[in-house]
Amino acid sequence: MPDSVGKVRVHCRVNGRAVILEGHPMARLLDVLRDELRLTGTKEGCGEGECGACSVEMDGALVNSCLVPLMHAEGSEILTIEGVARERLHPIQQAFLEHGGTQCGICTPGMILAALNLLSRHPKPTETEIREGLAGNLCRCTGYTKIFESVLQACRESERGS
Amino acid sequence: METRFIGKSVQRKEGPEKVTGSAQYLDDLAFPGMLHGATVRSPIPRGRIRAINFRPHIPWNEFTIVRAADIPCKNCVALIIDDQPCLAAEVVNHAEEPVLLLAHPDKYLLEEARRAVQIEIEPLPAVFTIEESLARKQIIWGNDNVFKSFLMEKGDVDEVWASADLIVEGRYETGAQEQLYIEPQGMIARASEAEGVTVWGSLQCPYYVHKALMKLFGLPKERIRVVQTETGGGFGGKEEYPSMLAAHAALLAWKSGKPVKIVYDRAEDMVATTKRHPSQTRHRTAVARDGKILAMDIDFTIDGGAYQTLSPVVLSRGTIHAAGPYNCPNVRVRSRAVATNAPPHGAFRGFGAPQSVFALERHLDRVAQAVGLAPDELRRRNFIREGGTLAFGQIVREKVDMERLMRRAFDASDYYAKRSRFESENVGSVIKKGTGFAAFLHGAGFTGSGEEYLASEALLEATPEGRVRVLAGSTEMGQGTKTIFSQIAAETLGIGCDRIDIVQPDTADVPNSGPTVASRTAMIVGGLVESAARAMRETLLHAGLLKPRYDSISFAQACNRYIGQFGPLRSFVKYQHPQGLHWDDEKYQGDAYSAYAWAVYVAEVSVDMRTAEIHVDDFVAVQEVGKVINPTLAAGQIEGGVAQGIGLALYENVVWQQGRMVNGQMTNYIMPTSMDVPPIRVLFEEIPYGHGPAGAKGIGELPLDGTAPAIANAIAHATGADVRRIPITPEVLLEMLEQVHA
Repeated sequence: MPDSVGKVRVHCRVNGRAVILEGHPMARLLDVLRDELRLTGTKEGCGEGECGACSVEMDGALVNSCLVPLMHAEGSEILTIEGVARERLHPIQQAFLEHGGTQCGICTPGMILAALNLLSRHPKPTETEIREGLAGNLCRCTGYTKIFESVLQACRESERGS
Repeated sequence: METRFIGKSVQRKEGPEKVTGSAQYLDDLAFPGMLHGATVRSPIPRGRIRAINFRPHIPWNEFTIVRAADIPCKNCVALIIDDQPCLAAEVVNHAEEPVLLLAHPDKYLLEEARRAVQIEIEPLPAVFTIEESLARKQIIWGNDNVFKSFLMEKGDVDEVWASADLIVEGRYETGAQEQLYIEPQGMIARASEAEGVTVWGSLQCPYYVHKALMKLFGLPKERIRVVQTETGGGFGGKEEYPSMLAAHAALLAWKSGKPVKIVYDRAEDMVATTKRHPSQTRHRTAVARDGKILAMDIDFTIDGGAYQTLSPVVLSRGTIHAAGPYNCPNVRVRSRAVATNAPPHGAFRGFGAPQSVFALERHLDRVAQAVGLAPDELRRRNFIREGGTLAFGQIVREKVDMERLMRRAFDASDYYAKRSRFESENVGSVIKKGTGFAAFLHGAGFTGSGEEYLASEALLEATPEGRVRVLAGSTEMGQGTKTIFSQIAAETLGIGCDRIDIVQPDTADVPNSGPTVASRTAMIVGGLVESAARAMRETLLHAGLLKPRYDSISFAQACNRYIGQFGPLRSFVKYQHPQGLHWDDEKYQGDAYSAYAWAVYVAEVSVDMRTAEIHVDDFVAVQEVGKVINPTLAAGQIEGGVAQGIGLALYENVVWQQGRMVNGQMTNYIMPTSMDVPPIRVLFEEIPYGHGPAGAKGIGELPLDGTAPAIANAIAHATGADVRRIPITPEVLLEMLEQVHA
């Protein structure tokens, strides 16, 4: 609800924890996550929804947090890179580590969120589904090849685990 | 030889932080009381500054404002010569040139303030193209608009023309390319008379920044400190530009007395910072009926933008690589870097070589066609071999076998079968397919005597617990410095990789290992790490503290006892140039590089003749790079470089208007996405190099050289278009196709 100075208080859950976020209704979710919650794993690459470095999951959907106004986060469940690993690395993180899926690392948090989101929709993705699922996340280092390998490896691991 | 770590895909050292989001990049840092900084830039390409006006609706008294007159010592960004000002004082020489700096705690008010500064400039006539610069109607730099020129000669080309069976000429162009690291440029500075100047930044070359700040502030070296933070990609874009950004942040911090952070947004990063030099190349080639190339006359020009910056060095590498891995008795390369009123063009992976290699490899396909040979047969008849002499007089002492590389690349890509199949299937089809290749070399390390002058240093230090710290100025920016250094140190010391700590580059701690550029980190600095590790091990063996066979525990005990008895256990090394290499800077002849990577790349494309859209369907990259230290990381370097090369060839089009990039957004400057890259198959040929650590040579820049010409040749094969320039956007291809049908 807007208060006297035009700020809103937004109730949501971030990485499973209930939080109240305060800010201008049009503040970018990206800035609120980074500046208010100090969740700096979410990166800004372009600020115009092109590069995907700021990708987070919001109610199960992959969004560019630079394009999400704070007020849209009301009541939502948000997952950032900081919430992906629990006791240990998530299989996708482990696969990125083992198969060269990360180089400079700046696209990696968004890329891992995109991969996670892809696998939640397509647990056994085809190569085309992987390419399409990651098409909103730009990587300048890897040429994507090792990222595809990492995603496939994570699928194999989860098959073995299940 | 049995190895424990070399040649193994050891996991990325800083990988866990990167996959969990805990790695701290520049913009993730915040200091108490920190201000944000912004840059007010010239709106026009050239003119005389008349006035700076501050619109009244901003509380200017809350702002720190820095102009050229506030610079404590010399107003320059020190690099090779000091021609580039840190802030324009009287004249501006390119659009987006920095004129004034602002700082304020509130980012949003800061942006409003930046827009409220109006710089009045009296326009002067400007120069925007290589042709205009060479025509010299306006002299915008020096006496003749020329930053640097080279003449490189072997034999005498002019003796050949009259008797040659055939002469083939061609003119080729390449465009600017934005590095487009995903982390924009950023810097934080703290500065005062009392503490000196400290900057933290996303950068490749801490000691470049260090040198620039010393000159700017007139401070001795111990009062300047440069710390590299986790760097989200560089590709050359963070080689020289961070010196400018560090200067700006430091000036604002100096004047305000508070820490100041400047992080560019994507638009500012794209329009104001460096790009790959646009180029023009003319080839005139004399060839015998049997396909033997008799003479190559090459004229190579690059657009350096408004200030000299690194253009002479970019030109040098482009010049030396211009005649490729061929054994031609007569070669002349005349080259120059010229001034235009564009922001200075700068370092970008490949550093001049992708430009001249594109021209050569495209031209040789045309030469082959002219003599009636297949493109591979023409190359085969001219390839350099061990003992042959390159265009600059270097006798090749490496066991180079270009034919073998070509054979492997053709086998892996099924080149011959596909070539003939596409030729028959293309008839009557709207989708036309083609294959093409490029053969090339890339020298590792600084050119000529460069490495001798740099005299790079590295230091290893053991702790009483038996951990070994590697202190080097080489930065990690994704290419794997930390991982390969730990592999080299661990292998040589005979302890685990997990026992090695790579110290984050900070000029207060690490020695100057030279810049992290020029495909030199693995080969040159890795070599220093190896020597230092070897010396440390020998020290412990000679002191009788280690037996010839030992494990990590006995190594730790030996370190502990050594430190207890003799004090710190350190091993410091300085670069020594391999014996027997000579370079003549005057004649531009001799041993240009101590080692080369050799490669053949094959591209397969399909072109939709209705829309002129091009897709790369398959890519094979075969290269000889000496011993591969880490196969996963090395393949990752090549794959990423190929993707950037695909961008260079097809998509990445900087649109200029009055010397200003007008498509400075990721929305309209297009880099390859996961949908655009083909399967990239990377194959290594490993011939250990005697002077590289464990036999390694350099690979970082290599993939940028051959990717674009391989694609261009494939497009020519598919469509018959006489491809002469990149990027080959659909518009460019349509134009070329019209010429075919005209």
